[in-house]
Amino acid sequence: MEPFVHPYLPLTPREREEMLRAIGVADVEELFADIPPAYRNPPLDLPPPLSEEEIRREIEALAAENITPGPYACFLGAGAYRRYIPAVVRALLARGEFLTSYTPYQPEVSQGTLQATYEFQTLVCLLTEMEVANAGMYDGASALAEAALMACRVTGRGRIALLDTVNPRYREVVATYALPQGLALSTLSPAAPEVDGETACLVVQWPNFFGYLEDLEALARAAHERGALLVVSADPLACALFKPPGRYGADIVVGGCQGMGVPLSFGGPSVGFFACRERYLRQMPGRVVGRTVDAQGRVGYVLTLQTREQHIRRERATSNICTSQALVATGVAIYLAALGRHGLRRLAEIVWHKAHYAAGLLGSLPGYRLPFQGVFFQEFVLQCPLPPAVINRRLLERRIIGGLDITPLVPNGMLVCVTEMTTRQEIDAFARALAEVATGG
Amino acid sequence: MDGALSPRDMALAHARRPLMERSVPGRVGASLPPLDVPPQEPPPPHLLREDLPLPEVSEGDVVRYFSTLSHLNYSVDTHFYPLGSCTMKYNPKVNEEVAALPGLAALHPLQPEETVQGLLRLLWRLQTYLAEVTGMAGCSLAPMAGAQGELAGVLMVRAYHRARGEGHRNVMLIPDSAHGTNPASAAMAGFRVVAIPSDREGDMDLAALERACGPDLAGLMITLPSTLGLFDRRIVEVCRVVHRAGGLVYGDGANMNALLGRVKLGSLGFDVCHLNLHKTFSTPHGGGGPGAGPVCVGERLLPFLPTPVVERKVVEGREVFSLTRPPHSIGPLGAFHGNIGVLARAYAYIRALGAPGLRQVSADAVLAANYILARLRDVYHLPYPRRCLHEVVLSARRQKAHGVKALDIAKRLLDYGVHPPTMYFPLIVEEALMVEPTETEGKETLDYFIEAMRRIAREAEESPEVVRGAPHTTPVGRLDEARAARQPDLRWKPPAPATPRAGRG
Amino acid sequence: MTTTGGRRLYHPPDLRYTREHEWVRLLEDGTALVGITDFAQDQLGDVVYLALPQPGQRLAQMEKMGEVESVKAVSDIFSPLSGEVVEVNGEVVERPELLNRDPYGKGWLIKIRPHDLKELDALMTAREYEAYLEARG
Repeated sequence: MEPFVHPYLPLTPREREEMLRAIGVADVEELFADIPPAYRNPPLDLPPPLSEEEIRREIEALAAENITPGPYACFLGAGAYRRYIPAVVRALLARGEFLTSYTPYQPEVSQGTLQATYEFQTLVCLLTEMEVANAGMYDGASALAEAALMACRVTGRGRIALLDTVNPRYREVVATYALPQGLALSTLSPAAPEVDGETACLVVQWPNFFGYLEDLEALARAAHERGALLVVSADPLACALFKPPGRYGADIVVGGCQGMGVPLSFGGPSVGFFACRERYLRQMPGRVVGRTVDAQGRVGYVLTLQTREQHIRRERATSNICTSQALVATGVAIYLAALGRHGLRRLAEIVWHKAHYAAGLLGSLPGYRLPFQGVFFQEFVLQCPLPPAVINRRLLERRIIGGLDITPLVPNGMLVCVTEMTTRQEIDAFARALAEVATGG
Repeated sequence: MDGALSPRDMALAHARRPLMERSVPGRVGASLPPLDVPPQEPPPPHLLREDLPLPEVSEGDVVRYFSTLSHLNYSVDTHFYPLGSCTMKYNPKVNEEVAALPGLAALHPLQPEETVQGLLRLLWRLQTYLAEVTGMAGCSLAPMAGAQGELAGVLMVRAYHRARGEGHRNVMLIPDSAHGTNPASAAMAGFRVVAIPSDREGDMDLAALERACGPDLAGLMITLPSTLGLFDRRIVEVCRVVHRAGGLVYGDGANMNALLGRVKLGSLGFDVCHLNLHKTFSTPHGGGGPGAGPVCVGERLLPFLPTPVVERKVVEGREVFSLTRPPHSIGPLGAFHGNIGVLARAYAYIRALGAPGLRQVSADAVLAANYILARLRDVYHLPYPRRCLHEVVLSARRQKAHGVKALDIAKRLLDYGVHPPTMYFPLIVEEALMVEPTETEGKETLDYFIEAMRRIAREAEESPEVVRGAPHTTPVGRLDEARAARQPDLRWKPPAPATPRAGRG
Repeated sequence: MTTTGGRRLYHPPDLRYTREHEWVRLLEDGTALVGITDFAQDQLGDVVYLALPQPGQRLAQMEKMGEVESVKAVSDIFSPLSGEVVEVNGEVVERPELLNRDPYGKGWLIKIRPHDLKELDALMTAREYEAYLEARG
């Protein structure tokens, strides 16, 4: 085999020869002798290697084929949000010491990652007004699934009740995780959220899938009256403006942090947060960083309570999660630090005003209406005179990516999201386009 | 301020002050896009939060703080990281640039498919590359980490048996050397876990396997090469035994770095496997993620793959790509489609190396591990005296006689500027140290590591207390983990108000 | 046999021992104290958390009654005798390090009222327990 020379492969033929001699074999093929010959060295049908310049050109071409929010206005939300990301976030995350570090199992040389994670945990608790938080989960949906499983462990009960206003995809993910363990899912309406004695938790999304705030106080009461936990899937930016779920007695609060300074990136990577009451700490999945001291009394941080985790408890672990999304969590901590007390609040207000301006404009277009009452934050439902699928095709021609078609749930319903990145011109143009399309334009 | 702190420790403590202690009322750290619409009716006051007690720091504060924190980390960019089973190889920088292209990084996951054909084409190609490498029929890129890939794998095994009316098959066999995520994933999928021992050569005990294969067998989860870095010489027979008993074979692909271009799991009889893109395929570890754990399957399991799977059709001569849900899919694992940013990096890596490059990767990875084995076997006990593949398991058993354990050796390596190998894993080896150098290290780095390990072995005999007290040169020493677990302090809290001292001037 | 630190392990001669490393001491009032052995606490390392049964709970001989957690491991604890739990040591729950420091004294775990003292015959004496440890290697 001709040696393959490449910048990522430092060993030279001479070095290889020296190493082979030290090992006592003539050829590296001998080191693969345990592989049965009939199966060894199969053909590998992959495209030929490219130089770095060719790789960039190729991927730039693939990227250029896509239509991007920015040049196009975009009114999609449903768990992923166009958010302005301050330059500091990218600049700091690009540091190799964060980017190329490993899971902090050797705390003496991982204090950077550990302390950044401790900050993330702290910020999540402050945002949600919950007592403890972990180092993060894969995303908001899997965090919700793990929260439901945890509620079943804590209460010893087997039923998970979800409001019908929870994101349907999140509900599916809960099912993926819960059904194989013999747990059951049921659905309740916010108008009638009564649970029974077999229910481990009442799962609520806040704001709900349609963008509206649920009555957390009433829902907490409904859950706690029957000894069930209240599990809330919360939008973190909403926590900056409104009294957060912790205030209303939520037992577990989870959510997706993509809207906290994480690039959209077609949905991933993101990070989910997971917070709960201190009394349930030992049932909480995922990694958790604790503060302690060394023998000289110097402050340091370590992964702690690891006996809950897979590498010690194995089949009795609280979850199988290992690698999570540490770098993304660090980015969220940087984002929240930069925006801070006033910035995040102000951002939530800007989003509120823009979304409500848009709702006012669109809801008064002939043929369009807002079918839901209540308080919404950055998303709302617009009922359209035509199928949203048809409208969206026409909108694309006008360089607008329309809202999400939620027709199965609301007839001709479109879930519209407005963030601080949506300009007034874009909103006005959206309204004009919707009006034209409705009249056959 | 404590007068007993050295200047160095004082500087470090000051530089590491947490955010809430750096906060100065009135500071701002970011500017916001403008409010360009007329102010609307505000929210109902009773719903509003009174205050948001987050820190107030300047942009410069944020940069200084997090930059300082980064200096406290080892990383592949700065240090040799021979962590067994983690494949800490070099993370190419061009991958960072291409993943950040707006045409990929700014896409909303719910955009109409016709607006993201370029990305879908990239993902489809990646699916085919990974299926080719593993010798499988299909692939889903949805799992967001290896553990999630494993979960997907065992959920598919479960779904397969149930679809055939054999839902009573609820036993999953797992070798005693397995990574903890294996039994954890099996339990999450509702299986009962039965451990199969390894024999004295490090291969699976075939007789024990046969005995354990009963009518309720769902499958076997096996890592190849094993966590001992060894290729099970009877793997084909292992797969046959499991298949004969009606079970499926799941492969944990964490150690794929040894097998790239050398053998295809599908050809050996595996029905399903997962890959760790943040190990084998060079995507950065990020201090603990994000990673990606795509799952590849043989024909039988194609209908059960997690959603989405990217499909390619030719319509009127044009390629059209779409996200599909297989007919009997185990369902979605997350809110969207997987860790796209990570997937894009792995794609770039495979395009950079191609087949000849990937073969050189496995050749050099295995060469490096065997070189370390050869140069350390006279000093450290070798529990399985065979050729290893890409990682070698050493034991600190000899050093234990002097009161020096694997943990101490690991901590002493820090003083030599090397990240320790994996400790105490696999569980079946006493005082295990698992070394995986990877193919991206020059011989001089391996020689340095060997020299450091030989010195530490000497120190263990001549001055064991130096080893037991290590590390001596890191920013903090060994931390009190018992205290961290007994009195969990998991978030910053404001200090309790100081009680006034009575009667002092 | 010695601890990992080199001190000789201690297993009081007046107690009875299980294969799972619990000890039991009969008290004059007919109740019995239960704990884990010096060998067990040494193997575990620094104990950080205990999950123990509630007073009133009934246990069978060698039924799992709780868990002991250290930084690096979790172990099940089994009841050496059948009986009813009459008291749980609140102090050791608050300060788990007592279990390491004084496993036979302040580190006691629960007090039970045994149902059948003949069950003691199934347990080992201190000598038998030490021989058992030696044989395990």
